[in-house]
Amino acid sequence: MADVVIESTPDVLMDLDKSGQGDVRTEEMLVNMGPQHPATHGVLRVVLRTDGEMVLESIPHVGYLHRCAEKIGENLQPYQYIPYTDRMDYLAGMNNNQAYALAIEKLAGVEVPERGKYLRVIFAELNRVASHLVAFGTYGLDMGAFTPFLYSFREREMILDMCESACGARLTYSYLTIGGAHDDVPDRFFDVLLEFLDYFEPKIPEYNQLLSFNHIFVKRTADVGVISASDAIAWGLTGPCLRGSGVKWDLRRSAPYEIYDRFEFDIPVGVAGGTDGIPRSVVVGDCWSRYFVRVLEMQQSCRIIRQAIEQIPDGDHINKKLKNLKLPAGEVYMEIENPRGQLGFYVQGDGSAIPSRVKARGPSFSNISILNHIGRGCLLADIPAIVGSTDIVMGEVDR
Amino acid sequence: MSWIDNKFEEGLIVTSLDWAINWGRQNSIWPMTFGLACCAIEMMAVGASRFDIDRFGAGAFRASPRQSDLMIVAGTVTYKMASRLKRLYNQMPDPKYVIAMGACTIGGGPYFKHGYHVVKGVDLVVPVDVYVPGCPPRPEALIEGLMRLQDKIRHQTRAKDPISRVKEEVLN
Amino acid sequence: MTSEEICDILKGEFGEAVTDSVMDARRPYVVIDAARWEEVARFLRDDPRMAFNMLQCLSAIDLLEDNKLGAVYDFFCIPQDGTDDVLTLRHHFAVRVVTDRDDPHLPTVSHLWPAADWHEREAFDMMGIVFDGHPNLERILCPDDWEGYPLRKDYEFPLEYHGIPGTTEHELTNPRH
Repeated sequence: MADVVIESTPDVLMDLDKSGQGDVRTEEMLVNMGPQHPATHGVLRVVLRTDGEMVLESIPHVGYLHRCAEKIGENLQPYQYIPYTDRMDYLAGMNNNQAYALAIEKLAGVEVPERGKYLRVIFAELNRVASHLVAFGTYGLDMGAFTPFLYSFREREMILDMCESACGARLTYSYLTIGGAHDDVPDRFFDVLLEFLDYFEPKIPEYNQLLSFNHIFVKRTADVGVISASDAIAWGLTGPCLRGSGVKWDLRRSAPYEIYDRFEFDIPVGVAGGTDGIPRSVVVGDCWSRYFVRVLEMQQSCRIIRQAIEQIPDGDHINKKLKNLKLPAGEVYMEIENPRGQLGFYVQGDGSAIPSRVKARGPSFSNISILNHIGRGCLLADIPAIVGSTDIVMGEVDR
Repeated sequence: MSWIDNKFEEGLIVTSLDWAINWGRQNSIWPMTFGLACCAIEMMAVGASRFDIDRFGAGAFRASPRQSDLMIVAGTVTYKMASRLKRLYNQMPDPKYVIAMGACTIGGGPYFKHGYHVVKGVDLVVPVDVYVPGCPPRPEALIEGLMRLQDKIRHQTRAKDPISRVKEEVLN
Repeated sequence: MTSEEICDILKGEFGEAVTDSVMDARRPYVVIDAARWEEVARFLRDDPRMAFNMLQCLSAIDLLEDNKLGAVYDFFCIPQDGTDDVLTLRHHFAVRVVTDRDDPHLPTVSHLWPAADWHEREAFDMMGIVFDGHPNLERILCPDDWEGYPLRKDYEFPLEYHGIPGTTEHELTNPRH
């Protein structure tokens, strides 16, 4: 009988003991995964304590991309800080711009013209689609499927082209700024956008055939890394990770900001398998549910964009009266729904043009903190599946 | 510098050998998947459908440093990451090349002034062959950087370089 | 429930522990005595009127003029009644707890909200606030051997770290604070 002392022994090992198979001598091993690893989405490092193929502990170590964003926020004017927000969640630059701009507007009491608000919604949703496309493609890569990556990047390039036509950048836009959107969109932009939506929406069922209902993919992700709804809330999970656990919570509907109360859209959540064509082995809160929520959200974003194009008025795209913006003494906390969850900015003003404290609450930071809790007792090969399904961006975890 | 480099006197055979080896090396640069930050997304875009870096023989992204020739440092290098980066570089077999992609890796970029935790240029940690500016550089820029690296490889020679020839003469 | 009502309930329950309340600001908050914070936090989570089940954000702040450090907690209440409709935010609330700058100690709430675990580690890393009772209070973003607490207003940037030069012009490091 081996003298292996295991703290926080998973139940699986206990069962092995009872069934008499516990005589097999096992040795624990520490496996270091990352910070340079193709399946960690950047520079996440996970230290795994394993017993054979089984993971006893998976401790995430972060900070390899700590770029001092909060210190920089205390030293720059809000306009100058907008480009840094791009680089936090670099897959969803528009949403981050919007979050910081909204926080500053709330603090300084800045009005945004109607057209600016609509432009913000259109670009935020467009960026959400682009971000989910990357999540979809790279999750396929993590699971060993290369083709979805090529398809998703094909569509993503079209979105980037549109963003480029509006602001000149492919990835770090700095387009949505304090008081509205930096520039108006070029002529015929909305025609191009509608054309893209007509092209893109039929692609989503194609993606589902390609990856979502693929047997191997379902085997790898269904019933793996299950997070219960109460756990998800307690650990502060937001976005698709929370909705994958069946909680119908989305800030765009739950506490609408900007003009999201003017649009009709659904909030997709994870549902148990066996109905509506969902694979039978799926349970609420597993990796597959989190992944599939993202696919469904792309459809809803397209719906929002279509409504916004119909409603958008003419007029100014930015509040042109803004000169020498001074931040009054006081503090605000503003949250928006970013593709990964709730992105919050806590800004403290002190009467000067530069805020005295900027704190960003990145959704990925909370989303990855649950890894050790759900990674216990799963197989080594499930860890990339779990990490990939939370869809973290390290720029936002470490800031 | 690999075992064969810097060994022979210049001559017809060496020149022909150079041509053959350089031709092989420049058209099969295998990069390492070394995405650190925002630039990594553009590096992925280079490998994906529209830009397709495979056209230049550099599309075989390897997950292990031991199988790769090129390290594209794509993104901000922090102090916490610097020692890991150096270790990865040391694990790569010769000949090895480094492309510094983006403003952060060139010199700290937007994080130069207030970034207490950001290394002000990856060339403080590992030697760099090609710098690709931009924040992040467009995929076309990275492809350009790759072509400049190919130029550099094309002009490498197995013959002794003048400095080591002089050294040898002095020692003898 | 509005912030005023929550504040009144807290004052009724804990009296002196609520040392200050700012209700007319853009973002109302109350200041809680650090010694009784754990008790108040438990009430905020468990009382059915409050039911703050989600800790959204923990922002550490540096109050240099008062020689204090502070932690600002933002709570959300997400109803969990299992309807098929979209859940709406019932109420939200902010609490500020301050501590001495020279010897900063606050009680942990990571056993109440697991989300606080990493947020408290970040506050420790960036501001140097020690959360008593935290299971694993070590640096999270900076390396373990990092010196100083970067987000404090009087932080001086490192000139080198493990042989790699840092910012070379020292007066550049922190021009504002």
